[in-house]
Amino acid sequence: MLLATLFAPLVGALALLLVSRDAKKALKYTSLTVSVVAFLFGLATLLNFDHANPNMQMLTMQGWIPSLDAGFRIGVDGMSVLFIFLTALTIPVVILAGFDSIKSQEKEFYVLILLLEFGVIGIFAALDTFLFYVFFELILIPMYFLIGIWGGERKTFAALKFFIYTMFGSLVMLIGLIWLGYYVQQTTGHFTTNLLLLREIAPTIPLDTQKWMFFAFMLAFCIKVPLFPVHTWLPDVQSEAPLVGTVVVGAVLFKIGIYGLIRFGLEMFPQSSFEYAKVMCALGAAAVIYGAMLAIVQTDIRRLASFALVSSLGTMVMGVFSMTPEGVQGAIIQTFNHGLSVTGLFLCLGMLTERRGTTLLADYGGIAKVMPIFAVFFAISLFSLVGLPGLNGFVGEYLLLLGTFRSPFLNNWTFGILGATTGVFVAIYMLKLYNDICFGGFKNDDSASMSDLTTKELAMLIPATILMIWIGIYPSTFMRFSEESTKALVGKLEIAKFGKTNYTETLKKLHKAPAAESEAHETHKGH
Amino acid sequence: MLYDIFYSLPISLSSFFCLTAMLLGALVPKNRSNIVMPYATIGLAIVFTFAALLWGRNGTAFNSMITTGMYPSFFDMLFSASGILVMIAARPYLQRMNWEFDEFYILILFAVSGMILMAHANHLLIVFIGIEVMSISFYVLSAYMRNQILSVESGLKYFLLGAFSTGFLLYGMALVYGATGGKMEYSAIRAAVSYGAQMPSLLLAGTGLIIIGLSFKVSAFPFHVWSPDVYQGAPTIVTAFMSTGGKAAAFAAFIQLSSVLIPNGGPDSTKLTYLLAMLSAASMLYGNIAACAQQNVKRLLAYSSIAQAGYMMIGIVSGTGRGTSGIMFYLGAYLFTQIGAFIVVSALEHEYGKQLEFSDYAGLAKRHPLLAGVMSLFMFSLLGLPPFAIFFGKYYLFMAAIEAGYTWLALVGILASLISAYFYLGLIVAMYFRSHETGEIHAAQPGMSGVTIAIAVAGVIFLGLVPAAVLRITGVLM
Repeated sequence: MLLATLFAPLVGALALLLVSRDAKKALKYTSLTVSVVAFLFGLATLLNFDHANPNMQMLTMQGWIPSLDAGFRIGVDGMSVLFIFLTALTIPVVILAGFDSIKSQEKEFYVLILLLEFGVIGIFAALDTFLFYVFFELILIPMYFLIGIWGGERKTFAALKFFIYTMFGSLVMLIGLIWLGYYVQQTTGHFTTNLLLLREIAPTIPLDTQKWMFFAFMLAFCIKVPLFPVHTWLPDVQSEAPLVGTVVVGAVLFKIGIYGLIRFGLEMFPQSSFEYAKVMCALGAAAVIYGAMLAIVQTDIRRLASFALVSSLGTMVMGVFSMTPEGVQGAIIQTFNHGLSVTGLFLCLGMLTERRGTTLLADYGGIAKVMPIFAVFFAISLFSLVGLPGLNGFVGEYLLLLGTFRSPFLNNWTFGILGATTGVFVAIYMLKLYNDICFGGFKNDDSASMSDLTTKELAMLIPATILMIWIGIYPSTFMRFSEESTKALVGKLEIAKFGKTNYTETLKKLHKAPAAESEAHETHKGH
Repeated sequence: MLYDIFYSLPISLSSFFCLTAMLLGALVPKNRSNIVMPYATIGLAIVFTFAALLWGRNGTAFNSMITTGMYPSFFDMLFSASGILVMIAARPYLQRMNWEFDEFYILILFAVSGMILMAHANHLLIVFIGIEVMSISFYVLSAYMRNQILSVESGLKYFLLGAFSTGFLLYGMALVYGATGGKMEYSAIRAAVSYGAQMPSLLLAGTGLIIIGLSFKVSAFPFHVWSPDVYQGAPTIVTAFMSTGGKAAAFAAFIQLSSVLIPNGGPDSTKLTYLLAMLSAASMLYGNIAACAQQNVKRLLAYSSIAQAGYMMIGIVSGTGRGTSGIMFYLGAYLFTQIGAFIVVSALEHEYGKQLEFSDYAGLAKRHPLLAGVMSLFMFSLLGLPPFAIFFGKYYLFMAAIEAGYTWLALVGILASLISAYFYLGLIVAMYFRSHETGEIHAAQPGMSGVTIAIAVAGVIFLGLVPAAVLRITGVLM
């Protein structure tokens, strides 16, 4: 199932190459079908996943480059399976959004979107650092073209800024990856990129060495998140990228960063995580306040939304580095929520700009009168971001703050209090945004003639909205998937730091290094 | 003797084909002269096959004058492959320039045979003869379009500077000969150097001069000055050949000589390795920084090839088996990528030296989606993005550097890669994000060069996805 989810988009992208570029309908519907199929596979993966088991599941271990011990190793645990599901869920919406808004070079667009999906799912599924890196870099190419070809006026600049920023992070990470493999070579005798093996050995690296590797990885993921102060690519990309690109960045890309912080930060380098948790949380808190302050004064809708993203990502980073089950799970579910809300919000904003071609707040006002249905969906997305109880945002926000307050690692209420300010800020700028757009008189005569949502636009918004309400009311449908894995992770961290934990039950279920047997299996296959 | 001949078949065969091709060109009537090119191509294919067949026959031949076996066989295959790829693509280019003569193919054959001699050398004189045969062919090939001022200038520049650098090389060899007490054969020199030379300062000077001479051939900073002008002025198809096959041959000799003259634990090895590391770092940074300022695609690729030489030198610096096999992999990956990129450039070059500016590439994605797509693939590979071939070479070389304690060199490498993103992407920006503004538009006619491009694309993707296939070959050497 996992393999099918991973490869469906790639196969689809290759198949699309064969479709003639003039057959626009065929291009559109083939790509939509492919993405829906990938989503169904993703759903099947989720349903097949045994959530009581905190180990990696659905493993595929295949030898690839013997001299590096790199392999095609994929598998999922409770955290990554959720990430994969959401990605597969978002892409059909993105493709649907592209139907109207992409008017040139359609073929390239659909091929790139599917390639992007392939890369992102690959990142979450990879259990091999080499494979992980390949996927991590692979997504740069489609993102670069998405921004550069269909973007706004300063698209070249935005695309280049994005590319160089992320490439800088990932190259530093590459050195970290090689160094890590080399460290293993010194202790066990041979170089490896096997993540299952590395995460057994990496925590034993002395702090002096470990911290540098930790920095290398954190730099890459903080850029990807993006965390203050390396967030500056985001506003440019968000305001220059085409609508669909904005949704992809806002709903999919930053998940990679959060996922990386958990997988490569907490799991691989626990001692460094303890050591620098306060620094990371302080950066998170700074992001919360800084992002919010900037969001309040923006006059451009897209820039406002992107600073809002910077701000709420701050709370997620704090949740991750609180190293409590609530915090980590909150971060995961919040990326999920945030993806949904941001997709909804950006789709709404996109629909506005499609109609009017402007992203300046001053050009709108009184829209609720002419577009009542739009106003409802827009409100739901906004309130989910604000964290209104009953909608998904509340659940995530609550867990994040709870985790930050209760964290035995941080042992400090300041971070929780700073993080909690996000609730106030977000209400200020989001309600202001809603007020400026939907209420008041028309500030521009064109507003009067705007038409309400079309069926296609409804089809884009409804799935996301249903999920927002679902998670708001009954979050455990999704959260149970990540529960055991999170507890296992936190249990290990607590044992490393305090020597005791409340999650011994979960830890007992963990297998010790399944890598050893897979190793024998691989060498067998390799020859 | 019989064994000697048999094991050194790639050398003798390539020389044989050179001479017979020349005769063929002279004897066959002019109006039916298009036979030399197929003959030369088939000849190189035969050399390729024999190189593959002689794989694994490690040893020396002709009184230890030449080595046989895996290392030279790998390079033989590399050289003949680059010769074949270039010759296939050369015909449509030369015909468009209205300047197709048999001598072109014969010169390429000569260059290849010189390269093969370099890879097989186990003796200072043999390597010198190889370098000369190759370089002289290159001088002539650069000036091949003798009705074009740029080409003539490029040939002359290359010749003058090349002859000068050869002087350094030869002088260095003479000093080494003296310092080691009259040793010319590699293993004897290595033994003498490790044991401690009779005149250490002479040896050091000789080694330094040889490093300078070879750095010139691989176009490493600060001995790169010739390469942008020569690469720009020479016919594009020749540049494709010089910058891949020529560089590979120079590295084949460089790897051998550096392991001979700078053996691990030798008297000055730390100092000299440090010197090489500085050259490598400077080449990576200089090549990529200078390339950022270029508006001419050929010059851009020339500067980027300086940087690529810098990356490959990391392998020499590390001095380990992993480093060597990393360079060899890199050379293979670089061969496909660079030849592919230059052939795309040559397919777009409608008149000699025209249609080479960034502005000519604007909007290429709309006019020639396929060529633009392929060119971006080559650019991504040069940039070192996975899953394309060169990424893996970089990975391996950085690994070798970290292993050998040269982490700082790997860090310089990533910094240089980051800088290179600017101009490699710049070309993609031109092709995809801009539209054509001024000047007339000529449709490209790749013709047969499409075959070369297709092979190059296949190679770039194959080496990127299945690097183990080549590593199994180069890894044997570790």
